[in-house]
Amino acid sequence: MKPAKFDYVQAEALDEALATLRAEGEGARIIAGGQSLLPMLNMRLARPAVLVDIMHIAALAEATATTETLRIGAAVRQAALLARPSLHPLLAAALPWVGHAQTRSRGTLCGSVAHADPSAEIPLVLLALQGEILLRSARRARRVAATDFFTGMMQTARHEDEMIEAITIPQPRTGEGYAFREVGRRHGDFAIVACAAAAHATGVRLAIGGVADHPAARELPADSAQWDDALDAFAHALDARDDLHATATYRRQLVRKLGRQVMQEAAACRA
Amino acid sequence: MDSPGDKWVGQSLPRFEDAALLTGRGRYFDDCGTPPGTLHAAILRSPHGHARIEGIETAAARALPGVAAILTGEDIRATTTSLVVGVKAPMECWPIAVERVRYVGEPVVVVVATDRYVAEDALDLIEVRYAPLPAVTDPVAALAPAAPVLHDGLKGNLASERRFRYGDPEAAFAAAAHRVRIDVAYPRSACTPIECYGVLAEYDPGEDSYDVFANFQGPFSIHAVIARALRVPGNRLRLRTPPDSGGSFGVKQGVFPYIVLIAAAAKACGRPVKWVEDRLEHLAASSVATNRVTRLEAAVTADGIITALDWDQLEDCGAQLRAPEPATLYRMHGNMTGAYAIRNVAIRNRVVLTNKAPTGLNRGFGGPQVYFALERLVQRIAITLGLHPLDVIRLNLVPTAAMPYRTASGALLDSGDYATALETALRDGRHDELLRRRDAARAQGRHYGIGYTAVVEPSVSNMGYITAVLTPAERKRAGPKNGAQATATIQCDAVGSVSVHVASVPQGQGHRTVLAQVVADELGLRPQDIRVVTDIDTAKDAWSIASGNYASRFAPAVAGVARIAAQQLRARLTRIAAPLLNVPPEDVVLAGGKLHASGNADNALPFARVASSPHWAPGTLPAEDSAPLRETAWWTPPELTAPNESDEVNSSLCHGFIFDFCGVEVDRITGETRIDHYVTMHDCGTVLHPGMVAGQVTGGFAHALGAALYEAHSYADDGSLQTGTFADYLVPTAMEVPAPIILHHESPSPFTPLGAKGVGEGNCMSTPVCIANAVADALGLHDVTLPLLPATLAAHLHGAEPNAPAAAPKGERLLRGEGQARVNAPREQLWALLLDPDALMAIVPGAHGIQRTSPTDYTAEVTLGIGPVKGRYRVALALSDLDEPNALTLSGNAAGALGFGQGRGQVTLTDANGATIIAYRYEAAVGGKVASIAGRLLDGATRVVISQFFAALARQAAPQAPWWQRLLQRLGLRA
Repeated sequence: MKPAKFDYVQAEALDEALATLRAEGEGARIIAGGQSLLPMLNMRLARPAVLVDIMHIAALAEATATTETLRIGAAVRQAALLARPSLHPLLAAALPWVGHAQTRSRGTLCGSVAHADPSAEIPLVLLALQGEILLRSARRARRVAATDFFTGMMQTARHEDEMIEAITIPQPRTGEGYAFREVGRRHGDFAIVACAAAAHATGVRLAIGGVADHPAARELPADSAQWDDALDAFAHALDARDDLHATATYRRQLVRKLGRQVMQEAAACRA
Repeated sequence: MDSPGDKWVGQSLPRFEDAALLTGRGRYFDDCGTPPGTLHAAILRSPHGHARIEGIETAAARALPGVAAILTGEDIRATTTSLVVGVKAPMECWPIAVERVRYVGEPVVVVVATDRYVAEDALDLIEVRYAPLPAVTDPVAALAPAAPVLHDGLKGNLASERRFRYGDPEAAFAAAAHRVRIDVAYPRSACTPIECYGVLAEYDPGEDSYDVFANFQGPFSIHAVIARALRVPGNRLRLRTPPDSGGSFGVKQGVFPYIVLIAAAAKACGRPVKWVEDRLEHLAASSVATNRVTRLEAAVTADGIITALDWDQLEDCGAQLRAPEPATLYRMHGNMTGAYAIRNVAIRNRVVLTNKAPTGLNRGFGGPQVYFALERLVQRIAITLGLHPLDVIRLNLVPTAAMPYRTASGALLDSGDYATALETALRDGRHDELLRRRDAARAQGRHYGIGYTAVVEPSVSNMGYITAVLTPAERKRAGPKNGAQATATIQCDAVGSVSVHVASVPQGQGHRTVLAQVVADELGLRPQDIRVVTDIDTAKDAWSIASGNYASRFAPAVAGVARIAAQQLRARLTRIAAPLLNVPPEDVVLAGGKLHASGNADNALPFARVASSPHWAPGTLPAEDSAPLRETAWWTPPELTAPNESDEVNSSLCHGFIFDFCGVEVDRITGETRIDHYVTMHDCGTVLHPGMVAGQVTGGFAHALGAALYEAHSYADDGSLQTGTFADYLVPTAMEVPAPIILHHESPSPFTPLGAKGVGEGNCMSTPVCIANAVADALGLHDVTLPLLPATLAAHLHGAEPNAPAAAPKGERLLRGEGQARVNAPREQLWALLLDPDALMAIVPGAHGIQRTSPTDYTAEVTLGIGPVKGRYRVALALSDLDEPNALTLSGNAAGALGFGQGRGQVTLTDANGATIIAYRYEAAVGGKVASIAGRLLDGATRVVISQFFAALARQAAPQAPWWQRLLQRLGLRA
């Protein structure tokens, strides 16, 4: 379990990282906390020619909050964000489910978004809250809505020469309520089903992870009498599959039952 | 404590081991350095469950700078002998695949290079051509006449079959008021030590001898197996172990095939060779416990007394019978009646081979499989007869007055008061309160259940028990085997300080502390005065075949023989001191670091002076005591006799008793099992160190909880390993393991020097079935299969799913999918595109070097990637069922370092007002590395790759694409 040879660039500035991405193309890979990428390197599942370490770029290590949004830089570690005195309640509820304390002390939020594992919590929260991903290449910068970013199993709208510079999450608004639940085999395991809900005056936005090959969200009506049918339709639309740890049926049932609980909880928090 | 008269044994002293282990100063295999010039090995392993090796291309790997040697099965076969197989069967057992691979992870090529990185780079350059064969992974299916046969010499896959009969089971069944039967399939699990295998081997051509340093745990009977395989006598195989070992639980017995492999590589290279097993290798191919299919039937009186058992056990040992297998099946042979007095027993034991990793020692060794059937059956008997499970247990327990009790199949249960232990556990474990909790939970509609288990925990294995796999006639020809030799050496050096050596090889259990306590008590010293060494060097130390750390033999056998050695040393010390103190030897007392006259502590000599006197002044001593003090004691219990003519086997010396009960709740939505209350009562005889006993019980409980709720070594029907990483092989962590309530009822063993019995494995035997019984009680289940998957339990709770989609055929592992794309081009253009190699090269993501081998067949090198996961594959594609321009079938296969796959897809082209709808349905099967370590992602990844193909097809076919226009022009078509 030793990685194949690669070059390592410790970028001191964003421009340096972007220039390397541009020069190396698909052979380059950004490394931030390394909690997904390093095992893949060691198992030789991934063989980038160049690793670009962005953790020494001071500007990326900042999380800045305005009244409207929280902007989380690419080098902000999960543990650092979790340690902030005030945090969006949905993020605060979901972050402890990301891996383990040990992996959170290294892993970054943007790294998790870039990796786009279908069970990951951070992409799920981003989708539930309709956050944005700030992409930057040597040529340009652009913003992509979370709704458009996650396109498949570890597939995103990011181009080869782009890196995630930051993600932004809208701050909690009065009149909204949030809830998060996850079921995995053990503490810290990949979610079998993860549910994140944001309830507002006209409905509930429910995001589901671990079922489809990328996180998926739907706006559900505010009227709880319609939830069962809506959740059933959502459960079927996610195209659940069997794997070693759970059946497709189990996943759909959890979407129906846990989904309902999470929506209730979010709606109750609103009140 | 420092006052004479008190004993060190029985106290929970801080462990001498801990300061080093907790501060990173442990000296494990990989901490111990290497001789100059050491090379490093990496092993290429089979991605197939069953395949013929048609060729191995190593030239590119050999050319890599730093590569010293590349060894295949043929090379190893030329310099070694097949490992001994424990049954009389025409089969060979090599440490590396020869001609055929029979399980995923089987070694195929060993590369030796200057470092491990280079060695792994070289593995990537080796091409093995496999011809896949049908695999069989299910033990019952493996017995079918049409099943693929693993070892041609055997004809089928049945490696051994024996029937046993004790008492008169037929009569008991004929007279029984009830016959209660249970069928169970116990899954595979493994104990996954933190430190994996490590071997450092060197060959000395001058001496024709091997020097091996490995974290092997024993039994050292395996030394003989290794020496034979390496074609040297035992005295030319020096086997040494490191001072510390990072867990074993039996597993590190299984390092021995790798010792042969790496030693052979060292001989081939003429240099020392080191190999450290990584976690992927470990999970695929180290030492996993057997899975077993059992049918067990009981004859029961109207009152609930079990009068007979009829066992039918089918043991799955995987692809090879590796020594000491099939010992898992026979370790419990003497106590197949558990804690119960059942006089009539019939047993049929069969051993079958399947395309899975070979099995070996794991904590509990044979116990979990037996007790899962027996204790599930006890619950079924209670339900069938309308009794409480506790009443069935109470009615059948071996009575206290009958101890020591000879079981029907030959075990001699040494001591115990099972009834009192059970009642004490119910009282001190608050059973009444548990019943109230259950009733209250059920009244709220929650799913709460209680389970009970009573077992005996065997320890100190009879080295002859495995010969029960042979018939009495075969045993007679082979010569009797029995006993369990233990040895300890104690010596006093020139300043009279005391060193102890035992042949035990602990893996963190604290043996050094306990041995110091035992010896300190005998010599009147403090434990910190005693230096204990537990690593083994077979060239210098006293050892025998039973040496090592397994079968829970430390407390009963190794600590016991250390006491005997200390007593021998004490006898010599008192003889030396007696004339100096002017008292007879029997009046010399050893206490407080002195030897003094009984009743007169002032008439004393320092211990060190007496102990060192043979070094400094032998001339003052009687001739018989003039040699320096060094006593080696040997001990083997006479009770461990060889199996007799009637196949009665005293398989183990000691039999601890365990009674467990627990309350669990199954979540009504998630189906997760939560342990609410767990009580485990142990009678392990005399407790030498309460803290370490609690540690052993807690550790065994954690392993057992894993087996009950999380862990299963899992294979797909095609032989693919599905649990290649810790993301899929789920070991419980501190977050998942509750603290059990541990109780004791001590009945010292009359057969061991200290009265101690083994305690390290019992919960692996009792706990899985106790939890299963509780879950069965909670949900009213007839059958329970481990591990208790939440999805499976939830299916019972949720009932049928509303408007469920059609399920995939059961047991099938095909990835299926469908999709479509709309292309702004007419069907004819698309059709032409699909039949053109240049166009295909542009469409197949990452394709290069595409070649058309027939009008409808292509080959290519393809780089496929999902996110950062990228690999290069050799791909063959074929087009068939051509229905121009409406439909075709695209089938293909791919093979590369990350795995292999094959699939077929039906593609239809439908006209849509000048544009075309391409619709596709596919099914694919993926195996090898990526299936073993990323099974969770396979389905989605397959979809990504296939949708990439059709997206590229649509892109290339779109008329606005300049490339396409050029292509069309070249093809003479109109854009």
